[in-house]
Amino acid sequence: MLILHIPAASLAAANPWFSWQYVTDNRADIQTALQQHVLLTLETIVIGTLIALPLALMAFRWRWLATPLLGVTGVLYTVPSLALFALLYPVTGLSERTVLIGLVIYALLILVRNTLAGLDGVPEDVREAALGMGYGRGTMLWRVELPVALPTIMAGVRVATVSTVALVTVGVIVGEGGLGQLIFRGFQADYRAEIVMSSLLVVALGLALDLLLALATRLLMPWSRGTS
Amino acid sequence: MVTRYVVNSLKAALVWLNDPLNWQGPQGVPHLTGEHLLISGAAVALAALVAMPLAMLLGHTGRGGGLTVVLTNVSRAIPTLALLTIFSATAIGFGDRATVIALAVFSIPPLLTNTYVGIRGVDSDVVEAARGMGLSGVAVLGRVELPLALPLIAAGVRTAAVQAVATATLAALVGGGGLGVVISVGFGQQDRGQIIAGGVLVALLALMTELVLSQVQRVVTPRR
Repeated sequence: MLILHIPAASLAAANPWFSWQYVTDNRADIQTALQQHVLLTLETIVIGTLIALPLALMAFRWRWLATPLLGVTGVLYTVPSLALFALLYPVTGLSERTVLIGLVIYALLILVRNTLAGLDGVPEDVREAALGMGYGRGTMLWRVELPVALPTIMAGVRVATVSTVALVTVGVIVGEGGLGQLIFRGFQADYRAEIVMSSLLVVALGLALDLLLALATRLLMPWSRGTS
Repeated sequence: MVTRYVVNSLKAALVWLNDPLNWQGPQGVPHLTGEHLLISGAAVALAALVAMPLAMLLGHTGRGGGLTVVLTNVSRAIPTLALLTIFSATAIGFGDRATVIALAVFSIPPLLTNTYVGIRGVDSDVVEAARGMGLSGVAVLGRVELPLALPLIAAGVRTAAVQAVATATLAALVGGGGLGVVISVGFGQQDRGQIIAGGVLVALLALMTELVLSQVQRVVTPRR
């Protein structure tokens, strides 16, 4: 005869760290949170790049601008995310905009620094060869300097993307934290599977976007293979 | 309209900062600031205990360069909030101990990488000369490589510490202490003045840490 032995612990409500059941049961919530997370990240990177590129180009053309520009973005980068959201809150309120503006501010330093480093890294003889071929300033920038700098710029975009994915979670303070909402909900309900599964999703999302950008860089810029 | 709203918010922040009650007791600014610095300091110290010996070993033998890169990249992808939450939900429990351990995890990569790179960056001629003078491996590390790597190690400590002070703020979201409490309680009570006051205090603390440690870094970096 088979005697089933049931340990006392399993009679209490099980609270496992990992549970696929959690994912299937909460598919809709996870989808909504993931969607917001991805959207916020993409918006941040696109807007951040649109702001950082002209700033870096100006600092490249007018050298004296570089120090104050990196100084200001550096100071902004030092301000902790929670404090930044707190300071933006009276202007933008409990909205996604608060998170978006904060995230763009953080991405700026990384994007500006890498763009400038990429442009500075263009070898002098390449520049001279372009000059010798009769390239003007504009064509030189567009046809020579930017393409050569692009791999370094993309490296910056990758770092900014991964950091942004992690930072979105802090948006929980204004109720717009993407997957961070689920992490926090799990914390409040002492629901371990929710905390761990949504945390793992954030990490997976960051690494997946990083891989995607790395692949895109290789495919679109075959000349980048030597640099990274 | 918006301008007046912002001005009123700033006034409310000044009112909060001017209230002597907010500067007393266990929820007062001085106590929370002390707690904040203590948590951050303990985290960096704990991380140094783990990272420094490892970095010295790797840097001295010249192995493990890839490990530091991978560690840095992976740690960037892990949200601090996630680790804080997970640690709070484990046996480590709520509060400052969970925070210290979570922050220490994030302090390891900058300490490890900078120490490793600093030691690796020492001119190999200098190391050869030290060996030629009959110095043992430990003596080369302690008397040649570490002193020469000091500027980069200081830069790593600065990065780790500023980051720890910044992220210690998040502890308040999961029941921990520190200055983040001012912000999270402010949001909980929808007290605009307190939210902004907290934001200003936390930002100032982070910037002060950066300022002080960049001075330290400058002092230990020889001028050329």
